[in-house]
Amino acid sequence: MESKLKRSKYKELSTAKAEISFNKKKFRFSDWFAERVIKAVAFLSIAVVIMIFIFVFREAFPIFKMDKNEAGSTELLVQESYGGAETVNEPSETTDNQVDNSNKVQATVVKPSSTLFSKTWMPVSDNPRYGILPLFLGTLKVTLIALLFAAPISILAAIYTAMFAKPRIREVIKPVIELLAGFPSVVIGFFALMVLATVFQNIFGYTSRLNGFVGGIAMGLAAIPIIYTLTEDALTAVPKTYTEASLGLGASRRQTAFYVVLPAAVPGIFAAVVLGIGRIFGETMIALMATGNAAMISMNPFDSVRTLSATIGAEMAEVVFGDTHYSVLFLIGSLLFIFTFALNAFAEFYFKNMVIRRYQSKK
Amino acid sequence: MNRNIKDKIVESLTGISVLLIIFIIVSILAVTIVGGWPNLNWTFLSEFPKDGMTKGGIFPAIVGTALMTIIMAIAAVPFGVITAIYLAEYASEKSVIAKTIRFAVKTLAVVPSIIFGLFGLGFFIGFIGKNIDGIFNGGELKWGQPNILWASLTMALLTLPVVIVSVEEAIRTIPKDLREASLALGATKWQTIKKVVIPGSVSGILTGTILAVSRGAGEVAPILFTGAAYFLSDLPHSLSDQFMSLGYHIYIMSTQSSNVDATLPIQFATTLVLLLLTFSLNGIAVTLRYRIRKRAR
Repeated sequence: MESKLKRSKYKELSTAKAEISFNKKKFRFSDWFAERVIKAVAFLSIAVVIMIFIFVFREAFPIFKMDKNEAGSTELLVQESYGGAETVNEPSETTDNQVDNSNKVQATVVKPSSTLFSKTWMPVSDNPRYGILPLFLGTLKVTLIALLFAAPISILAAIYTAMFAKPRIREVIKPVIELLAGFPSVVIGFFALMVLATVFQNIFGYTSRLNGFVGGIAMGLAAIPIIYTLTEDALTAVPKTYTEASLGLGASRRQTAFYVVLPAAVPGIFAAVVLGIGRIFGETMIALMATGNAAMISMNPFDSVRTLSATIGAEMAEVVFGDTHYSVLFLIGSLLFIFTFALNAFAEFYFKNMVIRRYQSKK
Repeated sequence: MNRNIKDKIVESLTGISVLLIIFIIVSILAVTIVGGWPNLNWTFLSEFPKDGMTKGGIFPAIVGTALMTIIMAIAAVPFGVITAIYLAEYASEKSVIAKTIRFAVKTLAVVPSIIFGLFGLGFFIGFIGKNIDGIFNGGELKWGQPNILWASLTMALLTLPVVIVSVEEAIRTIPKDLREASLALGATKWQTIKKVVIPGSVSGILTGTILAVSRGAGEVAPILFTGAAYFLSDLPHSLSDQFMSLGYHIYIMSTQSSNVDATLPIQFATTLVLLLLTFSLNGIAVTLRYRIRKRAR
C-alpha cells in the first residue's frame, strides 16, 4: 500500500517536473496579454507628456503664420475683465493706448504676431497688441519676491528640523509644515486677498491693495512645503559619519550644520529651490487672486503685476476659439511648459548626478 | 563664549523660521475658521445659491466637486495602479523605458496646473469633442464645449502621478517572500500580481485615491475653462453638462462678483468647507500611509 502511494507520488512529481519544463516553453496567453496591457498603459504617462507638448503647441502654432490682421473682426463681444478686484492702474493706461491705437489703425495695418515682443499687452482693443514682455517681467518679479521669501525660511526651517530639533519635536514639525502642501492654492489666494493684502497695506502703506509683493509672498507660501521637504531630505541624506566626525573634532552643532552638512547637501538644496521656482512660476490661482493683474512694466514691488499663468487663466475663458488672442495664450502656455519642463529636467539629471558623484568621490 | 552666543543666535534663527511657517499655517486656519464657522450650517450646505448668489448655500458646488472627483478617480486610479505595477514589477530599474516613464511621471507632477487646463481645452474639447460632434452629432455642439467629463479627465491627468507614487510605494513594501512563495507554488507572474501584489497593496491604492481626490477637489486652474460654471440652477445630469465646484466658487465669489462685501460670509464658509474636505481626506491618507510604512519596517 505504502509503496503504491510512494510510486504514485513519484509519478505525480515526475509529471509535475515534466510540466514545469514544459511550461517554460509553453505560451501562456493570459500572462502575455497582461504584460502587454500593463506595458501599454505604463506608456500612457509618456504619451500624455508628449501630447501636452503637441496639443499646446498646435494651438499656438497659427500665430507664426497668421499674416492677415484680424483686428476688430471678432473682438466685439469681449469686455476686458480682470481677475483682481483692484484695477486702479488699468483704466488710465487703457484710454491712453486706445487713443494711440485709433491713430495707428488708420495709418498702418499691424500684424498681430509682430507685436509679440512689444511692451504692451492689450489683447482686447481695436488694434490688439500682444506684447508678452510685461507679463514675462511681471512673472519674474513675482517669482523673485516669492523666492526671496520662501527659500531662506524653508531652508532654515529644514536645517532646524534635520539638525537641531529633538527627534520627538521633529516628528511633530515635519507633518505640520507639510500640512501647508495640502492647502489648495485657491485657499492661499483667498487668504492673501482677504488678510495679507490688508496687513501689508497697513505696514507698507502702498496704494494698490493687490500687488506683486502680496502675490509674491502668497506664492512663496505655496513653494515653502516643496523647498522645505526636499531640503530636509537632502540634509538627512548626508551620511551620518560626516556629522559625527565633525562633532567629534569639537565643532559645535551650528558649525557642523553650516560648514559640514549644508555644503554636502548643496546640490539637493539647489534642486529643491529649482523645483520651488517651477511651482511659483506656474502658479495660477494665487496670481489671479492676489497680484492685481495689471500688465505693466515697473520695478516697484508694490505695483500690480500680471503673470503669464494668470493671463491664461483670466483671459482664456473669454476668447474666441482659434483667433489670434487664443493662439497667443497658448503660446504663453507653451513657454510656461517648456520652462517648467526644462527646470524639472535640470533638477532631475544635473543635480542627481552631482549628488551621486559627491558622495562617491568622498567615500 | 563668542562661539556659544553665535551658536545660540543661529540656532534660534532656524527655530524662528519653523515657528513662522507654523504661525502662517495656524493663521490661515484661524482666519478661515473664525470667518467661516458662524455661517456653516445645514441650510448652507444643502441649498442652492439665491438672490444673485448673495444668499443661500453651496449645494451644487459640493455635488459638482464630488461628481468631478469621482469621475476623475475612476479615470486616474486604474491607469495609475497599472503604471505603478509596471514600474515595480515588470520594469528593471535600469531600463531606459522605466527611466523615461519615471521622468514623464515627474514631469506630469511639476507641470503647472494651468497647462493641464490648456491641454484639456486643446485636446479634449478642441480635438476629441469637436471630432465626436462632427462625426456623430452632425456638427451640433454637444461634446465640443466645456463639460464635467472633460474637466474630470483633465484633472485625472493632473492627479495621475499622485496615484502612481503612492501605489508604487505600497507595492514595494510587500515582502519578496510572498512573491517568491507564490511563484514557487507554480503561479505565473500575472497570477502572482493578481493574487498577491494587488491585494497586498489595497491600502496603498486607497491612499493614492484619497490623495488624488483631495488634490483634485482643491485644484481650480485646470477646470477654469474645461467645465466649471459660475452659476447653474440645476445639478449636472449628464457627462456633457457643466458643473459648479467649491474652489471655482471661492475664486469667482472673491474676485468677480459684483458685490464682494455682501458675499463675504459665503466666501469664508465655502473656503472652510473646502479646507475641511481636503484636510480630512489628507488626514485619512496620512494615517493609511503611516500604517503602510510601519509594515515596511
